[in-house]
Amino acid sequence: MSTDTHDITVTVNGTRYQRQVDARMLLSDFLRHDLLLAGTHVGCEHGVCGACTVIFDGAAVRSCLMFAAQADGHAITTVEGLAADGERLHPLQEAMRDCHGLQCGYCTPGVLMTMKAFLDETPRPDEAQIREALSGNLCRCTGYQHIVEAVALAAERLRS
Amino acid sequence: MVARGQPGALTPDGDVFHTSRQAVTDFSATLAAEMKPAPFRYVAARSLEQALALKAEHGDEARFLAGGQSLVPTMNFRLTQPAMLIDINPLKEFAGMRRNGADRLHIGALTRYRSLERDPATARELPLIGEALPHIAHPQIRNRGTIGGNLAHADPASEMPAIVLTLGGKLRAQSVRGERWIEAADFFVGALTTALAPDEMLMELELPVAQPRSGACFMELARRRGDFAIIGVACTVRLDAEGRCSEARIGLCNAGDTPVVVAAAGDCLVGTRVERPQIDEAAAIVQRSIEPGGNVHASKEYQRHIAGVLTARALACANERAGREH
Amino acid sequence: MATRSFGAPIRRNEDARLLRGEALFVDDVELPGMLHAAFLRSNLAHATIRSIDVSAARAREGVVAVYTAEDLGAYWAPGPLLVPPPPIKGLVFNQRTQVPLAKGKVRHVGEPLAVVLAQSRYLAEDALSDIAVELDPLPAIVDLETAGAEAAARVHEDVRGNVAAHVRQIRGKYAAARSRADHIIARRFRYDHGASSPIETRGIVANWDARGNQLTVWDTTQAPVFLRNGLAAMLGLNERQVRVIAPFVGGGFGPKIMLFYPEEVVIPWAAKKLNRPVKWIEDRLEHFFATTQERSQIHDAEIALARGGRILGIRDTFVHDTGAYNPYGLTVPINSQISILGPYVVENYESTFTAVFTNKPIVTPYRGAGRQHGVFVIERLMDIAAHELKLDRVDIRRRNFIPTDAFPYNNELINQDFAPLEYDSGDYGAVLDKAIEMIGWRRFLAEEQPLLRAQGRRVGIGLVCYVEGTGIGPYEGAKIQVQANGKVSIATGIGTQGQGHFTSFAQIAADQLGVEVRDIAVVTGDTDQFYWGAGTFASRGAVVAGNAVNEAAKAVRQKILKLAAEHFECAEEDLEIANGEVSVVGVPGQAIKLGALALKANPMRGAVRPGTEPGLESTQYFGPPSGTTANGAHAMIVEVDPQTFALKVLKYVVVHDCGTVINPLILAGQVHGGVAQGIGNAFYEQLVFDDEGQLLNASLADYLLPTALEVPNMEIGHTVTASPLNPLGIKGAGEAGAIPVGPLFAQAIEDALGLLPQGIELNEIPLSPNRLFELTGKPRR
Repeated sequence: MSTDTHDITVTVNGTRYQRQVDARMLLSDFLRHDLLLAGTHVGCEHGVCGACTVIFDGAAVRSCLMFAAQADGHAITTVEGLAADGERLHPLQEAMRDCHGLQCGYCTPGVLMTMKAFLDETPRPDEAQIREALSGNLCRCTGYQHIVEAVALAAERLRS
Repeated sequence: MVARGQPGALTPDGDVFHTSRQAVTDFSATLAAEMKPAPFRYVAARSLEQALALKAEHGDEARFLAGGQSLVPTMNFRLTQPAMLIDINPLKEFAGMRRNGADRLHIGALTRYRSLERDPATARELPLIGEALPHIAHPQIRNRGTIGGNLAHADPASEMPAIVLTLGGKLRAQSVRGERWIEAADFFVGALTTALAPDEMLMELELPVAQPRSGACFMELARRRGDFAIIGVACTVRLDAEGRCSEARIGLCNAGDTPVVVAAAGDCLVGTRVERPQIDEAAAIVQRSIEPGGNVHASKEYQRHIAGVLTARALACANERAGREH
Repeated sequence: MATRSFGAPIRRNEDARLLRGEALFVDDVELPGMLHAAFLRSNLAHATIRSIDVSAARAREGVVAVYTAEDLGAYWAPGPLLVPPPPIKGLVFNQRTQVPLAKGKVRHVGEPLAVVLAQSRYLAEDALSDIAVELDPLPAIVDLETAGAEAAARVHEDVRGNVAAHVRQIRGKYAAARSRADHIIARRFRYDHGASSPIETRGIVANWDARGNQLTVWDTTQAPVFLRNGLAAMLGLNERQVRVIAPFVGGGFGPKIMLFYPEEVVIPWAAKKLNRPVKWIEDRLEHFFATTQERSQIHDAEIALARGGRILGIRDTFVHDTGAYNPYGLTVPINSQISILGPYVVENYESTFTAVFTNKPIVTPYRGAGRQHGVFVIERLMDIAAHELKLDRVDIRRRNFIPTDAFPYNNELINQDFAPLEYDSGDYGAVLDKAIEMIGWRRFLAEEQPLLRAQGRRVGIGLVCYVEGTGIGPYEGAKIQVQANGKVSIATGIGTQGQGHFTSFAQIAADQLGVEVRDIAVVTGDTDQFYWGAGTFASRGAVVAGNAVNEAAKAVRQKILKLAAEHFECAEEDLEIANGEVSVVGVPGQAIKLGALALKANPMRGAVRPGTEPGLESTQYFGPPSGTTANGAHAMIVEVDPQTFALKVLKYVVVHDCGTVINPLILAGQVHGGVAQGIGNAFYEQLVFDDEGQLLNASLADYLLPTALEVPNMEIGHTVTASPLNPLGIKGAGEAGAIPVGPLFAQAIEDALGLLPQGIELNEIPLSPNRLFELTGKPRR
């Protein structure tokens, strides 16, 4: 079966990248192994676990269900782009640390990007809304409770 | 190419997976446990004409890429291996909802669930869809998934086909040969099979808007929120000026190989006040009429039982809502 | 010495890097010229291999090599037995371990047949379809009850009845106890556990540096030291030529401590042979077959009771599914065997099990490691006994508890660490009392439940107890060094998969060394930094490695005081270590920073006294004489929809005694995570195999891990009975959350639906709405 390559220009965390990609290269693999932004993690490659979640044109999406070629002309934010600069942490990241919202940390980047997009749209969430927004991210370590607390705390801090 | 047989062969279900009803075992094949897609050629469509021309040329060897939330998982598992992907996401003019006359809505096939969720018109004019949306997978899936992609995929456990069928919608298909409208009842032909020809693209659907003195209710039972429905029920109830039922439609997902409307169950409510005995009778008719297939999460008996339970609950709810509209 | 850090809910040292996506996981390793591996795996559960033809795959562009068992030559060998059977009289054990690539026969779906090395994983997978394999199917052994039949096919040709092991342990005289019993209850129980499903699957990168004569292996393993030693031996290298790094690992839960997986054996060999780095990352589909899991047991249990509910004796016989191979010995079923004793006085106990080979993936410990199965049996027996003897569920448990003055309590049976099972300390009554209070047991039963029932709501309450063996040996070690910049480094041989070792171990050392937790850098899982130790498993990290850290910290503290006393010409008693410096008490200005002291301890010139060790560094080991026993109680209020049997947890309480607590935040996280896995085990997760050994739900869409909507908020209470077996008094906590959830669900659902009075018992796990529908006899709508 034949394949082709495509020249793409994609903005990731504010930086423009020009690359040539195989048609079938998944966006998750492109970010991790081509752009060396390994913070986005791969957990299932069939769109269930949410570890690969990035923000694509402002919306949280599963990067394992997109092809890099589709990203041409678009803007992506990954976990590496959350903090304003290399030193400090985004309030979501700080709250996660304060509340012990991560253990192994593997699902965490996906959780952060999902919650970032969620809080952007729902700045005053209640617990039920947080859990619903979180339900598309699987975590095997934390049992979610501390993550929920962290998101509520981050929402509070972002408002003040 | 070696025939691909895999244990627990997975067939896509709406926007999430579920296992096929029978394990696919091909004794001459081996399990590659592959989770990267097979090679294909990719085209980002610049125009509808280009997309249709390519599809006409390649037929079933080419697939349209819309949201990709159903298609790409199957490609990652190598269950689907199209030779070409025609990315129609650039064709933004085919997304969006518009009114057509007093009582019809048109939804472009490329409309993402995300925008349906955020449009107040959805809950107002298409309450069945509004109520079903939170059950469809998860927000990240809904941010990309399109209603057209879901309908063209035609998984019998998916919510939208059942809702479109219950509402009696129409779907417009287009190809290099022209366009045609297909009634929902003719559109869903079998599991994962629609009436679309190999060179056709689904362009839009037309749905009736909610009428006065009518109520709708969608309910589903799933193992976890966002999982495929074990059974889903979509009901509409319309009352006349005296508060008696003038029309009722009951549709189900995952009750067979295609979405199902049980006409007899709706008919038995016409002329009644939709009280407990009538609701129970309608639910019993639904139970007798369907042939659910069973799966790893639910036996056929359980599905049949739930179909009755949810029908009763959804009917009571739809009727109550219709009464409030009274 | 003031304790400021130990016991405090300190934020974790490792979090900033994890949160920024900067932490290294195995798939993040990128090396020049790296090749990617993909394995061809059997689609059949049981078959002879007639032929494998890889020639077409080898010819594909982008493919560098394809190997089968033949290509491995003398390197091909069955893996080692990781855990020999304990010294139990009359024990039968047939060792049959997994092989790197199948030869002659395949014994479970997913067993590897060949490996492709190519420029990318995409290309490697393309090449898999070029490989032509002819398999002749054999009948698959899947059903536990028929696996042992004479006529059954044999998973291993020379093992009759597919008997992997037969073990009998006895305490007291059950027959005599039975004869004087007022009441006897006999039941069959089925308990199924599942796949650990960490969000990070397994992965290996192997890099053979031919010039440096060094092999480096990044691996998601929980046992880097043993992996290093084994690989060195297999590849004919010195141990110091092999470096195994377990970097950040995305969840372990047990199956990542299984060693010498086929891939683990093949990938380093391939790297060495090809002189190219090789990477293999398990995909999610593979994980269901290629990584070990737990599965079922069927128990026929009988309990002999006195009228008032006292246990006179228990007899249990069970069958255990060990899968196609048994490299991990008998850890899981032995844990089941002894967990049936629970926190109760059981003076007469007869336990017999047969472990059988089946044509399914290998079974090795997964969080709980067989204790779930045993706890289910005893807690269900207690519930049934309470019902039949018309006793209160809580009272019958309390009545049978080992009393507080009976510790250490010797249960005599041989445990998984080869020593007789002895409970070191515990106060089971205190835990029970706290659980009852926190869940509001009495008020719920007396007031809330009747009220809600009158409204048609089916709500129920449950409470179960358990004892959990933790902190077993053999030993761990730690090396601590005060560096010239005043910061402290700790290295230990175990690995970390989210348990917070980078922080909890720092907390242990911080108070001894007068240094802030954030100024202590902990390294785990790198055999170049520390190469002694057994690994992270059996809830032993904090207990064993933590105590080793404590011993090393104490030793370094002694060196600090000795050197500082010489420096200030005073007595050691006059010194104080705090805020990163040593000072003379009551004499302001007489202080020296720890970094400066470290420099003094490592002079570049001059002479030192013979016998002096340079620096402020010490390596110490800790090996407990036996494992400790933590214990706890879980309580839950549930609501069950009487028509759909959908379930909602309304309240969940855990009371846990794990001895001294290092970091309550980390402990809470461990309990939450364990309970979440327990909920998955009880009501959502099940590996569904058909009768040909095919797994029907091999994806995360159909193997149901609980999400944030299925896991409730939990309230955690603590009691503390310190362990006398280690200086810090710590007991382990990693598995506690996961162990008793099955019987808790059974009990609470029975209560919600009023099943016991209807003669319906829930004696199996997992449950589900569909299964409840079947078991309750399909009620009317």
